[in-house]
Amino acid sequence: MIRFLKRINVYELVRPVGQMMAFSLGSAAFMSAIAISLALALDDTAVGVSLMDKYNVSLFTYTMLNLPQVIIDGLTIGFVYAAIALGYTMVYGVLEFINFAHSEIFAVGAFVGVELLIALDGMGILAGASLGMAYAYLILAILLGMIAAGGLAVAVERVAYRPLRGMSRLVPLISAIGVSFLLQDIIRLVESLTSGQFNRIMPTFGNFDSRIIFGKIAMGSSNLTLGISVKSIIVIVSAVLMLVGLNYLVNATRVGKAMRAVAQDRPTASLMGINVNRIISLTFLVGGLLGGAAGVLYALKFTRIDPFVGFFPGLKAFTAAVLGGIGNMTGAVLGGIVLGMLETFAGSYMGVFTMGAAGSEYKDIFAFSILILVLIFRPQGLMGKNVVQKA
Amino acid sequence: MISLFLKDLFNRVNQGRWPYLIVIGHILAGSLLVYTQPRSNLAFLVLMTSFMSLYFFTTSVRFKLIAGTMLALVIIPIVGVRNIFYLEVIFQISVFAALALGLNIVVGFAGLLDLGYVAFYAVGAYLWAFFGSQQFYVLHFAPGTQPSDLPFLLPGDAFYMFLLVGVVIAGLTGILLGLPVLRLRGDYLAIVTLGFGEVIRVLANNLDKPLNFTNGPQGITPIQRPSMPDPVVEWFNSVFRGVVGHDVTPADMYNLMFYIFALIVIIVIIFVTRRLDDSKLGRAWTAVREDETAAIAQGIPLVKMKLAAFAVGASFAGVMGVLLAASRTFISPESFSFMQSIGVLTMVILGGAGSIPGVILGAATVTILNLQVLQGFSLYLNELRQSDAVMPIINFAWKDLSPQLDPAKYQRMLFGLILVLMMIFRPAGLIPATRRKREIDAEETN
Repeated sequence: MIRFLKRINVYELVRPVGQMMAFSLGSAAFMSAIAISLALALDDTAVGVSLMDKYNVSLFTYTMLNLPQVIIDGLTIGFVYAAIALGYTMVYGVLEFINFAHSEIFAVGAFVGVELLIALDGMGILAGASLGMAYAYLILAILLGMIAAGGLAVAVERVAYRPLRGMSRLVPLISAIGVSFLLQDIIRLVESLTSGQFNRIMPTFGNFDSRIIFGKIAMGSSNLTLGISVKSIIVIVSAVLMLVGLNYLVNATRVGKAMRAVAQDRPTASLMGINVNRIISLTFLVGGLLGGAAGVLYALKFTRIDPFVGFFPGLKAFTAAVLGGIGNMTGAVLGGIVLGMLETFAGSYMGVFTMGAAGSEYKDIFAFSILILVLIFRPQGLMGKNVVQKA
Repeated sequence: MISLFLKDLFNRVNQGRWPYLIVIGHILAGSLLVYTQPRSNLAFLVLMTSFMSLYFFTTSVRFKLIAGTMLALVIIPIVGVRNIFYLEVIFQISVFAALALGLNIVVGFAGLLDLGYVAFYAVGAYLWAFFGSQQFYVLHFAPGTQPSDLPFLLPGDAFYMFLLVGVVIAGLTGILLGLPVLRLRGDYLAIVTLGFGEVIRVLANNLDKPLNFTNGPQGITPIQRPSMPDPVVEWFNSVFRGVVGHDVTPADMYNLMFYIFALIVIIVIIFVTRRLDDSKLGRAWTAVREDETAAIAQGIPLVKMKLAAFAVGASFAGVMGVLLAASRTFISPESFSFMQSIGVLTMVILGGAGSIPGVILGAATVTILNLQVLQGFSLYLNELRQSDAVMPIINFAWKDLSPQLDPAKYQRMLFGLILVLMMIFRPAGLIPATRRKREIDAEETN
C-alpha cells in the first residue's frame, strides 16, 4: 500500500488544480475589472441615465449586483468548454486534424445520460431517492454518458478516419463533417422514433436546483446576494476532477508518455515500439469520455437538450482550444475558462452597456470574433509555441 | 467484372453514328414520357439523364451544342410550364449548380475548404432585398409595425444593375474576410469560414434594431422583380399554347425567366472557370492546392492567389443571391443556414472537386434526392400511416409511427452519408477532374 502511494506523482495532482484556480481567479478578476470600470465610466452618460430611468438603479450598482452570478455562470460554462476542448486538442495534437464530429459525441453523451435519468424517473425511482442515492444516479448517468460517447468516438475513428489517414488534409476533415451531420440526424431519428419528439428535458431530482446562500451585502437600496447553485458546484467539481485525472494520465503514466511520443513524432514513436494505432484509438477514447461527461453536465446545467445541442458548444470549445493554443492541454483549460467568462460577461452586460442595441443575442457570435482575432494576432494561441507545420 | 463488361459495351456502342442515335433517342424518349405522364418522377428522371448521355457519348461539338441548347431552352421550359413542380426542381438545380460551381473554384481549384459559402449568397440576397423592397423606409420601424403604403426605393428594373453590384459587393466581402484568415492553414480556414457564415446569419436575424435593416427572423418581403412586358407572355403563349395545353400566366413566365438567368450565370461561370483553369492564375491555384510550401518556393504569391479564388467564388454566390431574392420575392435568415453551406459542399464533393461536369451532376443529384426522393418517401410513409397496414415480422402498425419521422427533413443524414461514403470510397468524385483522373490512372497502372 505504502509502495503504491509512493509511486503516485503528487506534483502532477497538485499542479493542475493550482493552474485551474489561477486561471479562474485571474480571468474572473480581469473581466470584473473591465466590467466595473466600464460601468463607472458609463454611469454618468446616457447609458447610466437610461438605466436609472428604467429600473431606478445606477449602472455601477447594477453591475455589482449581477457580478457574483455572472462569474459563477461563466466558470460553470467555462469548465464545460474546457472538458470539450480537451477532446479537440488531444486529437489535434496526435493527428493534426480537427475532429468535427466531437460536438456530436458530446451530444450523444448528453442524450444517453439524460435518457437513463428519464427512464429512472419513469420508474419512479428518482422521486423517492434519498440525497445520497440522487447523487449516485447522477454519477451513474455521467458514467454511462461517458462510456457511450467514448465508445462512439473510437468507432468513428475506426470507420471514418483511419482509412483516410495519409491522404490530403481536407479529406478526413470533410469526412468528419459528414459524420457530424450523420450523427445529428441519427440522434434525431432514434429520439423521435422512441417518443413523439426529439427534445429531452433533464428530470429534476435531488437538490441540484437549490442554491446555497452565503450572505447578503447591502448595496444602495437593494441587497447583493452571495450564493451559488448546487448544479454549478457539481459541474465545476466534476470537471476539475476529470481534468486532474486526464492531466495525471497524460503526464505521469506510461500510456501518457506514449501518447505524448505519438503526438511529437508518429514514425519515431512507432520505431520505439509504441503501437501507434492503439494510442490513437486511446486518444479518441479519452477525448470521447471527457466529451460525454461534459454532455451530461451541460444537460444538468441547461436542462433542455436537442440533437443539435452539440453544435455551438462544440464550436466554442474548438475556439477555446485555439485560444489556448491547439495541441496544448493546459491551454485548452485556460481557453475554455477564458471563453466561458468572456461570453457570459458579454451576454449579461452588453445589452445594458449598449442600451439594448446589441444584447445577449450576439453571445454566440462573440466566440467567433474572438477566434478570428486570435488567429490574426496570435495564431499559436495564448500558451502555444509557434511550431512549424509537420510535413 | 460487371463494370468491365459495361465499359466494353459502352466503347462498342460509342462509335460512328450510334452515339447520335442514342442521344436523340434518349432525349425524345424522355420528352415523350414526361409529356404523356406529367406527374411521374421516373419520366422526369429519364429526361434529366439525357444530359448525361449527351455528355458521355462522343459526338461532334456542334451536335452537343445544338442538342444541349434545344434541351435546356426549349424542351425543359415547355415541360416546366406544363408541370410547375418540375420548373421548381429545375430552377433549384440550376441555382445550386451555379452555387456549387462557384464553391468549386474555392474548394476544387484552390483547395480552400469554405464552410460558410452561403454567407456570400446571403450578402447578395440581402443587398437586393434591402434596395429592391420598401425596407429603406422601414428603417425606423420595428418589424411588423410599419405602415402598409410605403413606396419602393428603386424600380424593379434596377435588378439588372444589382446583378453587377452583387458581384462587386460579395467579392469585396470575400476579400475582407479573406485578408485576415487566408494566411491560416486549411483546417483553421474551414472553422473560420463556418464562424463567418454563422455571424452573417445571426446578424441577419438581429439587425432589426437599433435600425431595422433586415426585418429580423420574419425576413423581407415583398422584393421587386424586373418588369415582364406583356408582349413577351403573349408571344410565348401564341407560339407554345398548342404544346403546353393552357395559357401561361406571367407568374410562370417569371419562373421561366429566372431559370434562364440562372442558366446564363452557369454558362458565365463555366466559361470563366475553363478560361481560368489553364491560365496563370489557375496553374497557381493548382500549385497552392497540391503543396503550399512548394508553391511559395516557386515564387507564387500565396495570399494573393488564395484571395483571388475566394473573391471569385464569393462574387458568383453574390449574383445568385440577388437572383434568389428577386425570384422568391421573400428572403429570411433561414435560407442561409450552415446546412445550406454543407449542402453545396456535398454537391461539389459528390460530383468531384475541380470537375465542372462533375459538380453540375452533383448539384442535380443532390437536389433531386432532396426534392423528389426524400419527399416522395415522405408521401409514401404518410400514405402507409393512413392505411391499416402493419409492418411484417415485428407486427408494428404503420399508423403508430411517430409523425416526427418525416424523411423530407432528414437532409443532414443525406449530406452526411454522401460526404463520408465519398471520402472513403471515391474521394475524387463521380466524374473526377481531368488532372485527378490522370493521377488515378497512373496509380492504377503502377
